[in-house]
Amino acid sequence: MGRIVLDKVTKRFGDVEVIPPLDLTIEDGEFTVFVGPSGCGKSTLLRLVAGLEDVTGGQIQIDGSDVSSMPPAKRGLAMVFQSYALYPHMSVRKNIAFPLKMAGMKSAEIKRRVDNAASVLNLTDYLDRRPGQLSGGQRQRVAIGRAIVREPAAFLFDEPLSNLDAALRVGMRLEISELHERLKSTMIYVTHDQVEAMTMADKIVVLQAGVIEQVGSPLELYRTPRNTFVAGFIGSPKMNLIEGAAAASYQAHTIGIRPEHFDVSAEGGKWSGTVNVSEHLGSDTFLHVQGTGLADSITVRADGEVAFRHGDTIHLTPREEHIHRFDAKGLRVE
Amino acid sequence: MATQHSRSAARMMMAPAVILLLGWMLVPLCMTLYFSFKKYLPLRGGDLGWVGFDNYTRFVSSSSFWPSIYATLVIVGGVLAITVVFGILLAILLDQPMWGQGVVRMLVIAPFFVMPTVSSLVWKNMFMDPNYGLFAHLWRFFGAEPIQWMSQASLPSIIMIVSWQWLPFATLILLTAIQSLDSEQLEASEMDGAPIISRFWYIILPHLSRAITVVILIQTIFLLSIFAEIFVTTGGAFGTKTLSYLIFQRVLESQNVGLGSAGGVYAIILANIVAIFLMRIVGKNLDN
Repeated sequence: MGRIVLDKVTKRFGDVEVIPPLDLTIEDGEFTVFVGPSGCGKSTLLRLVAGLEDVTGGQIQIDGSDVSSMPPAKRGLAMVFQSYALYPHMSVRKNIAFPLKMAGMKSAEIKRRVDNAASVLNLTDYLDRRPGQLSGGQRQRVAIGRAIVREPAAFLFDEPLSNLDAALRVGMRLEISELHERLKSTMIYVTHDQVEAMTMADKIVVLQAGVIEQVGSPLELYRTPRNTFVAGFIGSPKMNLIEGAAAASYQAHTIGIRPEHFDVSAEGGKWSGTVNVSEHLGSDTFLHVQGTGLADSITVRADGEVAFRHGDTIHLTPREEHIHRFDAKGLRVE
Repeated sequence: MATQHSRSAARMMMAPAVILLLGWMLVPLCMTLYFSFKKYLPLRGGDLGWVGFDNYTRFVSSSSFWPSIYATLVIVGGVLAITVVFGILLAILLDQPMWGQGVVRMLVIAPFFVMPTVSSLVWKNMFMDPNYGLFAHLWRFFGAEPIQWMSQASLPSIIMIVSWQWLPFATLILLTAIQSLDSEQLEASEMDGAPIISRFWYIILPHLSRAITVVILIQTIFLLSIFAEIFVTTGGAFGTKTLSYLIFQRVLESQNVGLGSAGGVYAIILANIVAIFLMRIVGKNLDN
């Protein structure tokens, strides 16, 4: 009930090819996240699936049938927008009921479904308010409520958390993950935030300039990034990408070492440098090391209790088994 | 920065404007009230003394009073209906991306720049003249008898002329309102399965309600006092005598300043009743 297949889908705006031919299969019940820097075409891809944009070429199939030329409403998908796109003049109840009303459903059934959705989303006390009287998180839940009452084949989320403050974002992230666990329906989620991608996804699709760089589970992407772009994009803080002599000693053009894969010492190690900034987070300390001769700055994630300060000399030793090697084209070398 | 000193300085600097505006309003109002209680016939003896409420009773009991109220309301109502409905349609049309949008928008606004007297004369002589007007030619082309617009359909004619003048104003305000509609809302309603009519009815129209309110309020204020359009077309004949035109006739044609002033006071009361009535209906629209 929600297997989505993109078959050589392309999109052009005039002469600009935003999405070159692209193949992708999203299995039923999968939580798929499209992630990439802004302007990479991830939102466009979502809008193509939704039917808000027409495909230039190729086919979109939902559960085996071609929907490429169907209007959005007929595709059986529901979408949550970045701005929530609630109808400001309608009460929360009417907002959630709107798609059902448009489908010509009986009012008793509408009421049952709206009440059900409201209790799932903790909105029961707010049903008679207007969107303008709600907080950001509540508005977000109304938008989700409007999506779930339709019992769609798949949910589409377009950067739904980017308008929330940091604390609320973590909470809503959990709520959406829980919702997915409960509904077990297909969800496509677009974000530029790799933390959201890593924490929520069953499958991450990393996009750059309309091209899929890699598809895989969060840990696959973390452990075996296919190229330097994915290596740099997934993981926080970013992976250190080192070129030159150090890389050559590993028979690679570029080597990548994640900040958490260094052992630090004051006495001795493979490389040495000077601590420029140390950021103490309590649980961890991020050290920005300069003067190693490897790159402008090397980020190291050390234990929360390490005592390095600005100007201290530090010795770094990479854990050999966690070194990623890439060739001159930036592709992974095994 | 609102210290005692800056606040009194602000009051000082505002004073000239306030005094001027107050004088502008109060002097004519007081003179109108003063004359409305007098028998004052400039060409037939001048000031003939106080007469109490005589002018007020005479004005209302005149056979042209109620027809003038009726004509006023029909014209205001008709023009409002036409400008709001067509204003919304035009605004939606102009909101669509098209070639030469800037020029088309300029052209749509153009009628608003034409003086009422000029546009009325153009309509009367070039379009509505039963012998050589464009409409007459059109009617004859289809083999019909040309309509004597100004006598047979006097009120609709004036409504048509005034609507033509005010349509750009309504269109302009409604267009800016439509442009402020969040496109994600329309897309959301599209995803929700709303066909185009429902999208208009449930999303666009409620979004426009505040702008429609503003259009109705402002236009009502100006339409209650239209004069030039009637003066140069029917001259108040054929049932087109509005309240303001009746007052004009009493003061200038019958040279009865007292009677006209009493009519003026009635006009003030009518305008206020309409204003309060409108505010009540639409006030809650402006609230949120």
